[in-house]
Amino acid sequence: MTQLPTPGATPAAPPPAEPLPTAAPVRPRWRETLGLLARNPTAAVSAVVLVLIVLVAVFDETLAPDGPNEQDPSLQLQPPSWAHPFGTDEFGRDVFSRVILGAATSLRVGFLSVAFALVVGTLIGLLAGFYGTWVDDVLMRLMDVLFAFPAVLLAIAIVAIRGAGPANAILAIGIVYVPIFARVTRASVLGVREEVYVRASRSVGASDWRLITRHVLPNAAPPIIVQTSVSLAFAVLAEAALSFLGLGPRRPDPSWGLMLADGRGFIEQAWWYAVFPGLAIVVTVLCFNLLGDGLRDVLDPRQRTLMAGSGR
Amino acid sequence: MSAPSFEKPATAAAPVLEVEDLRVDLRTPRGTAHVVNGLSYTVGPGETVAVVGESGSGKSVSVLALLGLLPARTATVTGRALLQGEDLLTMAPERLRQVRGPGAGMVFQDPMTSLNPVLTVGRQLTEGLRAHGPVSKAAARARAVELLGEVGLPDPGRAVGRYPHELSGGMRQRVVIAMALANSPALLIADEATTALDVTVQAQILDLVERLQSEHGTGVIWITHDLGVVAGIADRVLVMYGGRCVEDGTVDDVLERPVHPYTRGLLGALPDLAADPDEDLATIAGTPPAPTDLPAGCVFWPRCPVRGDARCETEQPPLAVVGRGGAGLPHRAATWCAEREAS
Repeated sequence: MTQLPTPGATPAAPPPAEPLPTAAPVRPRWRETLGLLARNPTAAVSAVVLVLIVLVAVFDETLAPDGPNEQDPSLQLQPPSWAHPFGTDEFGRDVFSRVILGAATSLRVGFLSVAFALVVGTLIGLLAGFYGTWVDDVLMRLMDVLFAFPAVLLAIAIVAIRGAGPANAILAIGIVYVPIFARVTRASVLGVREEVYVRASRSVGASDWRLITRHVLPNAAPPIIVQTSVSLAFAVLAEAALSFLGLGPRRPDPSWGLMLADGRGFIEQAWWYAVFPGLAIVVTVLCFNLLGDGLRDVLDPRQRTLMAGSGR
Repeated sequence: MSAPSFEKPATAAAPVLEVEDLRVDLRTPRGTAHVVNGLSYTVGPGETVAVVGESGSGKSVSVLALLGLLPARTATVTGRALLQGEDLLTMAPERLRQVRGPGAGMVFQDPMTSLNPVLTVGRQLTEGLRAHGPVSKAAARARAVELLGEVGLPDPGRAVGRYPHELSGGMRQRVVIAMALANSPALLIADEATTALDVTVQAQILDLVERLQSEHGTGVIWITHDLGVVAGIADRVLVMYGGRCVEDGTVDDVLERPVHPYTRGLLGALPDLAADPDEDLATIAGTPPAPTDLPAGCVFWPRCPVRGDARCETEQPPLAVVGRGGAGLPHRAATWCAEREAS
């Protein structure tokens, strides 16, 4: 909350044309947010780990010591060693390399499916919660119908119509999560909608769109943020389930879910086969959740001031 | 509909607001609540009308209904409410949105909840400006600083960048008032605007509104249950009970020569500093009637200490002229007792 100008630190900031003596400097909010996030150790570590995971996913072919399907029949189900830190699977493939190469698939499915559900579900929840009446009835009954289908059955139906493959797995998982986001958003919006400041803004002529985007959504966001981090976690697992059923990414392409599914059968002879892909999922999911918690705290302006105050 | 501005210049005679037979019914799980039952009043330019009454007398609902701020699912509003000649109650939604702000602004009771916690003061202030036409960011900000200065907020240049929780209650209420005034409304509605504030801040806010009113000729509806505030700020008083106007007139008439037993009770319930401190405060026995189950006759009958007429229980007394104040403004009261006294 300092008033000191930050010399040379803001190339993106507009040039201070005429210095207003009484005006506070316009602080770039995203920089402040990042700064506060960096002071929350759990969130900071999670963010760093997630960046590392994403980097691994991007540079997977450079990083992986072996190709995804390089088999060595003499090295079936070998325990971890210096040559194969995560051991080998039943075809003698290097689990370490496959975990690295599977990261891209798993993350892509997780991110894209949740992004789809987040956008569609939040929009539906906002409209239903804000307008109420028949809009609410129609949209939420639609969501109930979607929700009533067993998730896997719904995914199978979608994949059956559109064919198997990662793109359709993303769509399937996304559609399954839409009602969850719609419900979380609607519930949160119902509370915010009745706030006096919404009424106050309406009383000065704010349009519905402005009320929704400036007042309702930002104040209804914390549960949605938490739901996003939880869903990212579940989406990575759902990808595993779909792959297991042969509806997602297909063998022999590596994906964490597929490896977990395959390794399950060998858990007594070769724990490393299932444990390392599983560990990759756990670490990713955990980081998403912790980062989500941190973000929620940082995005609340009341907490923001407290943290900024204590930090200096 | 094409021109969003108000062409009619408000002449001294033309009232800013004319409310006729306003009725509001709310659907509740316990049946239909008749919250406002045939309310009629006018507000002239530069005039302050105080609406007083107990909690639940329909004060807030009656003004929320004017601006269409009641939930459409549960509220039925009938009657007429002409704001500068245009009926607010039959207006198209888009037109109503345009009128909110430049036509009528509203200040809400609790400064702690009437500002959005995630937006800076400056952004909320400029909301009303931006809602009524494109305004550049710099111009909006400059106007926000100007408005904050106008409502007497110290260091307005810094305050625009602050979040509501960084301000005290009195400062926030100034922001809320500035927000309502951003479009220079013809009518300002203050719903218990100073109730949550301490007395010194309240006095500052009252001064502020009076000053702005004399500068801009704004008509003001001041809802309160504080008769001290009424005496300080109002030109005319409207006493509400059970969703009806039971007495109205100039401040002097109503506060000095009250006619309705309810108004008398209300004034009698004021603590008198000169009185014996051991004496119990005068109260009006009983509670206001439930709006789902209003009495057939005078709404005040169940609690009335007078009950001076046979018709009280069965027949609703009309709002009749009982006298004329200094400016020739009528002093009216809805009670059978007054008629008897006058005759």
